[in-house]
Amino acid sequence: MTAFILRRSLQSILVLFIMSLIVFVGVNLIGDPVDMLINPESDQAEIERVIKELGLDRPVFEQYWYFLVNAFQGDLGKSFVFGEPALKLIVQRMPATFELALFSLSIAVVFGIPLGVYAGLKPDSRVSKTIMAGSILGFSMPTFWVGIILIMFFSVNLGWLPSTGRGDVATVFGITSSIFTLDGLSHIFLPAFNLALFKLSSVIRLARAGTREIILQDYIKFARAKGLSERRVINVHLLKNILIPIVTIIGLEFGSLIAFSTVTETVFAWPGMGKLIIEAIYNLDRPIIVAYLMIIVLIFVTLNLIVDITYSLLDPRVRIKGES
Amino acid sequence: MNMLRLFTLGMAAMLISANAMAAELRVGLKSEPSSIDPHYHNLGPNNAFSTQIFSSLVGSDENQQHYPDLAVSWTPINDTTWEFKLRKGVKWHDGSDFTADDVMFTVERAQNVPNSPSSFVTYLKGKTFEKVDSHTIHVKTEKPYPLMPNDMTTVKIISANAGKGASTEDYNSGKAAIGTGPYRFVEWVPGDRIVLEANPNYFGDKASFDKVTFKPIKAGPARISALLAGDVDFIDNVPPLDVARLKKDSSIEISSGSSNRVIYLHMDQFRENSPHITAKDGSPIKNPLMDVRVRKAISHAINRDAIVARVMEGIATPAGQLLPAGFHGVSTNMSPLKYDPELSKKLLAEAGYADGFKMTIHGPNDRYINDAKVAEALAQMLNRIGIEASVETMTKAVYFKRASSGGPNKSPEFSFMVLGWGAGSGEASSPLKALLHTYDKSKGMGAANRGRHSDPRVDGLIQKALATVDSDARGKLLAEATEIAVGENFGVIPVHYQQNTWASKKGYKYTPRTDERTIVMDLKVN
Repeated sequence: MTAFILRRSLQSILVLFIMSLIVFVGVNLIGDPVDMLINPESDQAEIERVIKELGLDRPVFEQYWYFLVNAFQGDLGKSFVFGEPALKLIVQRMPATFELALFSLSIAVVFGIPLGVYAGLKPDSRVSKTIMAGSILGFSMPTFWVGIILIMFFSVNLGWLPSTGRGDVATVFGITSSIFTLDGLSHIFLPAFNLALFKLSSVIRLARAGTREIILQDYIKFARAKGLSERRVINVHLLKNILIPIVTIIGLEFGSLIAFSTVTETVFAWPGMGKLIIEAIYNLDRPIIVAYLMIIVLIFVTLNLIVDITYSLLDPRVRIKGES
Repeated sequence: MNMLRLFTLGMAAMLISANAMAAELRVGLKSEPSSIDPHYHNLGPNNAFSTQIFSSLVGSDENQQHYPDLAVSWTPINDTTWEFKLRKGVKWHDGSDFTADDVMFTVERAQNVPNSPSSFVTYLKGKTFEKVDSHTIHVKTEKPYPLMPNDMTTVKIISANAGKGASTEDYNSGKAAIGTGPYRFVEWVPGDRIVLEANPNYFGDKASFDKVTFKPIKAGPARISALLAGDVDFIDNVPPLDVARLKKDSSIEISSGSSNRVIYLHMDQFRENSPHITAKDGSPIKNPLMDVRVRKAISHAINRDAIVARVMEGIATPAGQLLPAGFHGVSTNMSPLKYDPELSKKLLAEAGYADGFKMTIHGPNDRYINDAKVAEALAQMLNRIGIEASVETMTKAVYFKRASSGGPNKSPEFSFMVLGWGAGSGEASSPLKALLHTYDKSKGMGAANRGRHSDPRVDGLIQKALATVDSDARGKLLAEATEIAVGENFGVIPVHYQQNTWASKKGYKYTPRTDERTIVMDLKVN
């Protein structure tokens, strides 16, 4: 196990390095940040001063070298727009995005697995058909549009939930989050549901497919023949065995929830990392774009590792190579 | 009984909170400032926001007319010296007194903010500040400089006491954010909210709200739904498509007004072979845009009324020059050019392009209101007079680089482009200097002259105007320069003036500002 984790860590560092090179060169090919930052009334001398101040007068590879040297010291550069360390700005907004991603993942799991298992157990019932039809809708409707419709319905027409922003925060066990306050919960519900819709649909479909397949297996028949209650058959024998693909998806999707919650965060003005990156892209705030993508790569690499380890815990047949 | 008591209590609590709400204002902003430091980033959203916390020597009202702010008077005492008399009895938010030392400190610091992505040097260089007494400042320039009051509207005065050694971070955290303005800084949670509270000791009109919370809501539909849902009381930058619908809503108040921003066309006038122009069969031709008759033909081919009515949903004004009527230095003899495609065809034939030519129109698609649609409408209108125009629009992040320096030797890349210019100074020298003066790096002129139009007569008039302290005489010179550069030379072709739109819930009314700024002081409670 140790050797495995060590090897994976080394691979991760290589991935990070290659990623940084691609991203750095990539963002330097697009546009000129100075055009985005500067007051149009500035004269040529001021434009040149800013180019110099931001280090944009140097060749790309020299800039990259400085970036690498600083990155090894934990400094991913200063935001062009905010003038503050990019890492600090991203970390500042991380809690908002994490709580949104976790909350929507919980919605996907808590509702998705029971609905999917039900649809798998009773595939021909009308309820199951409705669930499956709903999951197709969840897949195919664009997030931006669903977000606006949710706002129009629940905030504008019914006036039940707030349409924008993050609510009050509270600190419980050292974790500061808006899900500990009533105001915070009312704010998080719509964006989390919006973000969860797609994942919810995939969890439903995976759970259904798994159930359909496993319910025919011999050990389920044997468990029933032994006279175990239906509840025990489902909760223990069935659930445990459909979880593998679901864990994979949840693990990977959690990464994408964090990395690509940009649309939901924009629609609901959620003050998270997604909103920061989308604005950084519009403003060509290169240090933020680079730092953000580095962090995302790191998150994905870590999640993959956790998924692999969870596999081996859930299913003894999956042996992690290098252990023997 | 118990339930009833609980219910009454709940109602009472709601009433109390409703009362407390009346004194609080929640604003949905399209663009969040990038800092609270008033000297860090010289750009629209920052300059607008800092006006609420800080004051400048000269104030700029909703029509960009000047009024006494921290200076009660400003007069040229000789050709090269301006005297500013400062307001007495002004208190900083921390209770200390405002004096000339604060101004001296401000001038020094505003030019030396580390990492500033756009600084105030533009407005301060070439000026020597001298403290005469505790409430008098003299500003000396080498040459006569009439735009001194305009420049002094831009720089926010900071407290020497609180600002000593303070970094931009100290302003963002609130430690150094001590101003003299009508609102005091409370907190900034980037991306989430900025909170201000009323300053009871403000020297001007008292603040209308005890507390103001600004929420950055970038997406237009989200901003509107936040207003409709009652999560904010006031929003800026209402998308034109929604204005008609909101006007019908009796719970919403719309205010819109002309802005200082003109949407205009820049045309390549410096290359014999322009990269995006060919004959209709694709063979290279001599750049037709060098010929003034072709530029005039293009201007006559534009149906400005149709663009305003159809593309802009009526929320714009046809433009005949660089600034709408009412601003200093605009010409009274110019009106939007008549739509006359027949005349255009005749002019093209005279210039030797009876068969027209092929051209690409470039424009941004996320910078100005409906910018991509404007470019498409223009292309159709040009096709009608025989110019085979195609459209290429792109995001502003890519567009402006290519438009300013995408060609060989950092020259402008495009042949024909849609652009906009907002006159920050509120008078005609701003667009003339930047867009129509010959591109001249050493003089700092023509910095945004992407067509490289050049006429020594125009240059002469602009330079003369910039050295004429007498306001009326300067206005005449600027108007004359506009008449030649735009009216005779068609150096640029104005299309329309943008209008800005704000929406608030009933009971509030915003006084539209020409400078596009969203400032709480201009929101009146009915």
